[in-house]
This record gives sequence, structure tokens and C-alpha cells, in this order.
Amino acid sequence: MILQSLKLLPAISVLLFATANDAAAQANVRIEPRVGLQGPRVLEEQTAAAAIRDYLQSWQSLTAALEQNRAELLDTCFAGTAREKLGQTIQEQAAVELGTQYSDRSHDIQIVFYSPEGLSIELTDTVEYDMQINDHGKPMTSQHMRTRYIVVLTPAEARWKVRVFQAMK
Amino acid sequence: MKPQHALLICGLLVAAQWLPAQNPRLQAPQSIAAGDGFSIQCGGSGKASLYILGINQVLKREIDLGQTVSFAPGALHNAGHYLVILKSSDSLDKSELDVTAAKSPSDLSFLAKPSRLSVGIRDGITGAVYVFDSYQNLITTPVPVTFQLSNPAGASQTRLVQTRNGAAFTSMDSTQQQGADKFVARAGDVASTRIVGQVPGDPCGIKMAAKPSGQQVRLETEPLRDCSGNAVPDGTIVTFTETYQGAQTTVDVPLKRGIAQVDMPAHNGAMLSAASGVVLGNQIRWEGQ
Repeated sequence: MILQSLKLLPAISVLLFATANDAAAQANVRIEPRVGLQGPRVLEEQTAAAAIRDYLQSWQSLTAALEQNRAELLDTCFAGTAREKLGQTIQEQAAVELGTQYSDRSHDIQIVFYSPEGLSIELTDTVEYDMQINDHGKPMTSQHMRTRYIVVLTPAEARWKVRVFQAMK
Repeated sequence: MKPQHALLICGLLVAAQWLPAQNPRLQAPQSIAAGDGFSIQCGGSGKASLYILGINQVLKREIDLGQTVSFAPGALHNAGHYLVILKSSDSLDKSELDVTAAKSPSDLSFLAKPSRLSVGIRDGITGAVYVFDSYQNLITTPVPVTFQLSNPAGASQTRLVQTRNGAAFTSMDSTQQQGADKFVARAGDVASTRIVGQVPGDPCGIKMAAKPSGQQVRLETEPLRDCSGNAVPDGTIVTFTETYQGAQTTVDVPLKRGIAQVDMPAHNGAMLSAASGVVLGNQIRWEGQ
């Protein structure tokens, strides 16, 4: 039992760090060890922590943007294909007067690839979240979801931005 | 049959009538490939709204219940996890639907570094690709990617790598010959090319000669080449040094047409030398030849 607890210690400490520092403070965050990380480049702790922090913040901007149907809220955290697709979703929601509230409850994150030139980090995240759908401003239904996302982040001026954001089967 | 058993079976049958069957009104596929056409059966009668909701796409249709609703190829094209909702005036049914990336690669995001480097550097060139389908979904099933680096003379290095989580990478040696090499990543019928300029490395050695030039001594190098025989580019700095009676005079001269040349004060007994980067050339003791 003690041995098992000791094994979990690094994960727990990262968890505490993450919950204390990130905007996604209400969600439980677990960072998986980087076993089997692809890529020849060494991923420094500071770089990994910054990428994960920025990724978790992207959930905050995502939930606000989809709830309020305001695509401009995505600009800080998303770029490229991810920004375009999420912006399109918001347009589609607005066209039929839908709003969706995504409340992320837990994240189980593992960094899986750091490209050799240091210009991209790929991670997977098994997310548990509640999705509430509002139709013309009134709650229509809600659903608890558990989905594995694959995410590619690239560095921008002052932060890592999400460039690919895709749920996997 | 005992009366108790008959009563139990009767009770179960009655209960089963009241238990809802698994989504009798909404029958949607569990999984489709991005961009594939598909259909959803919506039982019942009357009008209803059919929603397909996900983070990456939203669709809504007003439908008549009791029909099969068809979605044309391309209608649902973003990979992701979707909630399907069938809502009528008196009921609401839900199911979940996964949309996976199409299998066939259509686009590569190819990161190659650096764009210029010296010849003969082991693992000096790196390439990474992300493989996408025609709807810009990352293909997460393994895809073979071929990386090929070829120089103008036709020599090439090839690596075959399988993607993991949509990504693949490799490293290559820069070749021995200067020039613009083509670095190609290919997956299926899709290829992406980057040009990697390979420039000569540091001079392999410096040979300098000295001869009188009026009241001065003219120092001139032979054409400078790297250790692979490539001409060192013009503009590379050669530093000439003259040491005489404890005093030192240095002149930096850029290579011009492959050689560096300078006139320096002619002092009998002066030591003359030339260097470029970390390479030191021959030394000459000037005796007024």
C-alpha cells in the first residue's frame, strides 16, 4: 500500500502543482509519466509544464467561447486548424441558436511527441466533462462524456497554442 | 408450472412493457469515417429536431419522425465525439457517435530543420510530419511515411517511418557535397518538399604564400576548401597576423574568389600567419626574400 502510494507521489505532486496554478483549477488534472515519449529532443520539465498549463487554459477559453458563441475568445489559445474548426462550430451553434456548456471534470494528460526541432508538442488527454445544451437560452439536456483528445500545440509569441484539437475513438 | 413461477413470469412481462427499450426511436451508427454518408433512423410520428453536437461541428435537421434521415457524404466531416439528440414535443432521445479521420492521407504538415547547414554533419537534418486527411483531421491510425533527402548529384538517403498518434519523425546526415538538397516527406500519394541548403564547412587547412610588394609583403592564401573538397564561400574571414619584436598586427580579410590577400609591413624576422575560425594555416618567417 505504502509502495503504491510512493509510486503515485510524482503524479500527485504534479497534480497539486497543476490544480494550484492553472486556470482549470476546478478540474482534477493528472499528468501521466512520459513513458514512450517520441522524439529525439529532450523535453525539459519547464517546457512540458508550460505546454500543459497553456493547454488547460485553452479549455477555459473553449468553454467560454462555446457557451457564449463568441469565437474571438478562442484567439488567445487556439491557432490554425483548431481555431478554424472551433470558430466554425460557434457559427453553426449561433445559426440554430444553440449554446453548449462544457464543464471539464478531469483531465488525464500524457505528452506523446516532442518534435525534433522543438516546434510542436503532441499530447493525449482523456477528459471527463459534462455537456449541457441550451436551446434558445433554455436548458435542453445534459450529458456526461468521457473522451480521449489528441492535441498538437505549437509555440506562439508568448505561449503554446493549440493547433490540432481532436477527439479520438 | 407452479403458480408462483407463473406469477413471476407474468410480473416480468408486465414490467418489460414499461421498461424503455434501448433508444427505440433513435438508431444512429456508433462510428463513421469523416466525410462518409450515413443515416439515422428516427421512429415515432410527428415533427422533431435532430441534432448532432460536438466540439468540432454542429448539425441540426428538422425532420418528420418515422423516417430514415440521410446525411450526404461530406456533411459530417470533422473527426470527434458527438452527441446525437432527437427532440420532439414530448420526448428526447440521445446517443453518441464517433467520427474517425479518413484513412487516406491528403495533407502533410512537414517541419524540416535547418534550412541551411554545413556539409558532413551527422543527424544534422531533422524532419517531422503530421498526417491529415482531406478534412484536416489528424490520421491517428499508423501510416507509413517515407523521408528522402537527395542532393543534386543524385545521391539520396531514405527512411521509412510509421506514424504514431499521427506523427512521424526522422533525422538525416548532411551530405558531403554542397548544394540545395531536396528533403521530401511522402505518405500515400501526398508529398511535401523542403529545400535544405548545404554549405561548405570550415576550411580544412590554409596554405599561405608571401612575396614582396613594393615596400610591403603580400600575403595570399591558396583557394580555401573544406575537408570534403567544397570551396569555402567568399566572405569567409581569414585573419592574417604579423608578429615582430613583441608587437602584433592583425588584419581580417574576407575571401574573394576563394582566396584572401593582404599587404602588410615588411619587417625582416617578422612571423606571418593566417587563420580562419578554428583552423590555423602555415607560418612564414619573413627574411626579405
